[in-house]
Amino acid sequence: MLELQKLTKTYRTGDKALQNVDLVIPKGQVLALIGPSGAGKSTLIRCINRLVEPSSGKVLLDGTELTALSSGGLRKMRRKMGMIFQEYALVERLTVMENVLSGRLGYVGFWRSFLRKYPQSDIDEAFRLLDRVGLLAMADKRADELSGGQRQRVGIARALIQDPRLLLVDEPTASLDPKTSRQIMRLICELCAERDLAAVINIHDVALAQMFVERIVGLKAGELAFDGKPSDMSDAVLTSIYGEEDWHATIRQVDEDEAETPEPAQ
Amino acid sequence: MPVTQTAKGVKIWQLRDRNQTLIRWAGYLAVVAVFMWCWKRISDATTWFFVWDAPRIAADIGGRAVPPRWSYMDKLWGPLWDTLNMATLGTLLALVMAVPVAFLAARNTTPSAIFIRPVALFIIVATRSINSLIWALLLVAIIGPGVFAGLLAIAFRSIGFCAKLLYEAIEEIDQTQVEAITATGASRWQVMAYGIVPQIMPAFAGISVFRWDINIRESTVLGLVGAGGIGLQLQSSLNTLAWPQVTLILIVILFAVVVGEWISAKVRGAII
Amino acid sequence: MSTVTLDDRLGTGWRKPHFITNPTLRWGLMLGAAVYLVLAIGSIEVNWSRVAEGMSRGWAFVTSFFNPDFVSRGGDIWDGILESVIITITSTVVGILISIPIGLGAARNIAPLPVYLVCRGIVALSRALNEIIVAILLVAIFGFGPLAGFLTLSFATIGFLSKLLAEDIEEMDRVQAEAIRATGSTWLQWVNYGVQPQVMPRLIGLSMYRLDINFRESAVLGLVGAGGIGATLNTAFDRYEFDTAAAILLIIIVTVMVLEYLSGIIRAKVQ
Repeated sequence: MLELQKLTKTYRTGDKALQNVDLVIPKGQVLALIGPSGAGKSTLIRCINRLVEPSSGKVLLDGTELTALSSGGLRKMRRKMGMIFQEYALVERLTVMENVLSGRLGYVGFWRSFLRKYPQSDIDEAFRLLDRVGLLAMADKRADELSGGQRQRVGIARALIQDPRLLLVDEPTASLDPKTSRQIMRLICELCAERDLAAVINIHDVALAQMFVERIVGLKAGELAFDGKPSDMSDAVLTSIYGEEDWHATIRQVDEDEAETPEPAQ
Repeated sequence: MPVTQTAKGVKIWQLRDRNQTLIRWAGYLAVVAVFMWCWKRISDATTWFFVWDAPRIAADIGGRAVPPRWSYMDKLWGPLWDTLNMATLGTLLALVMAVPVAFLAARNTTPSAIFIRPVALFIIVATRSINSLIWALLLVAIIGPGVFAGLLAIAFRSIGFCAKLLYEAIEEIDQTQVEAITATGASRWQVMAYGIVPQIMPAFAGISVFRWDINIRESTVLGLVGAGGIGLQLQSSLNTLAWPQVTLILIVILFAVVVGEWISAKVRGAII
Repeated sequence: MSTVTLDDRLGTGWRKPHFITNPTLRWGLMLGAAVYLVLAIGSIEVNWSRVAEGMSRGWAFVTSFFNPDFVSRGGDIWDGILESVIITITSTVVGILISIPIGLGAARNIAPLPVYLVCRGIVALSRALNEIIVAILLVAIFGFGPLAGFLTLSFATIGFLSKLLAEDIEEMDRVQAEAIRATGSTWLQWVNYGVQPQVMPRLIGLSMYRLDINFRESAVLGLVGAGGIGATLNTAFDRYEFDTAAAILLIIIVTVMVLEYLSGIIRAKVQ
């Protein structure tokens, strides 16, 4: 469904963030993108919806070549790609409900959005999503009154109300504590399964990635270094991506954690 | 080399070495010389007889200025209302013009950093460096005396001030929030309305009230050049040497300024 | 209220919660603002025929900006600008020198209460009085000339700098100051070592800013006879000599730009 062909990004400073990345993601597949800081994970995600303009190569979504679109066409296609951010990126001075509804901006005209007159169907959907992520009672709170985990749930609702086919998720758990991180990852994966969404999840916590996703792609210095199932991850693979370190402990730790702390119900 | 050795081998610590010290003293000397020269010029242009006579004159004026002529208050309500209107409507008009200028001047929202941004920056500098009294002088010469000229003078002077503070606020916004709204497929104007405007609202409100407070002060004197408001009464009272009226007007102005400051502090406290 | 269920919410409309939650207050404020606007705009008399007539003069003024006349009143302009610069420099220097002790006195954390109240009183008086009004009074007392302008701007500088300096001192890091006091220093030594290094960069920045403001203000003092370029400017407008007026305004704008640029460099250096 999503296809990257020889995607390359060179920044004006000369940094080669991505080099000839080829990747095919089928419908409904949740994929984790791992790699050290500066490997180009964020750039890759932003090149897909062209928040960062790729230098060369193609991005195809359902057969539409995103990299060839004009700004109007790009906006139409961006609606099909929900994005979730590391620091939540909620508009902090707007209410939770406005933040969720802002996911519909690509569908409504300027004046409707300016006057906050969204169609009833959008409003119902926003309430349903808020209920699904457990924040219905918070609808009229301002976003900066929420805790980190709550904000990320609002971010998820905002991405889903776009009715996307693909989720682009940039370090969803980097600013959260371990327990909330797992809840958020679980929520994202459950929602993807419910709606048959594909997702690309940037994540630096390898253990967390192994727990939840079905496919892991490793990126090193802008190039693909690994592509396989979580069970294929080994010390050697991690060393090839991140460099020499005692990986055994990291991988083992996950299993122990899982056994010791049963996840509390939502 | 702050540590030196004397002939006897004793180490002496100094904060600065000899050259630095010399440069420093030369600098002080230059400042003093410039100051003394300036002072000489002022002194030459001053009639010192009047200065020595000043305490007597001050006492004389002071003696004539009290008590204030309270009955004159009847004639001040109208001008006071005009003054308030010049400040308030002038500020509103300035904000209407300053907002687009600020968006054109901010690096992250300007449509063209090479052509449009310098023009916007020039508007900001030019309107800011010209005092509102000079604007009033100019506008009175162009459109004739009256409250309207004063209102426009206040408005023009405030554009640069408001636009400068506002564009600095726009440049400091959190860019990820803008990115998030862009990623939903929002149009350029929607990104503005959802991603940028909510972030600069507190700054905008603060700037408006702050400038309104300043404009109350400035509009009290615009009448001196014929632009309406309470300054007109001040001017005519001064011309006829009606000191008790002058005292009353000064008291009223002081009162207006203090009330203005109080209101602006209250409003700012409520917003932020 | 705390247990809103999804079924309650579905199908119901949604409106952005109002900034002012009390409806009476909200509508009252909106109505009050509307009434005020109508009254205020209604009370402004605009003589549109006079304005229309002025448009051609306005246009003449705008075009004269592209063709300013620096020459025909060159002598007056030069004298006026020089006098403005002189007033600016002297008043800034004197203003800074006086505002340092007053600023120290107006900082609650280092000054005893009586000193604090006196200094705050001076600051409040200086800030409440508009420069032009002070200039008028001083001209009446000392006669026409730059001395009145110099005194006016010195007085205004004191109010501005002392207030900001005092606020800066009140916000300084107590620990550094305490460490100096703990060495057994005298009060002056304490100010020199514990307070001064902390507030010096900002003081220099503010002084540069005030220099800039004083220059702009000195351009209008001439309107009331307190010296500087304002008198020349006033004459130019009275005689409708827009090309000379444009020349003066351009000089003011350029000088302010240069001053801002310089103060930017100096502020970057001291911080």
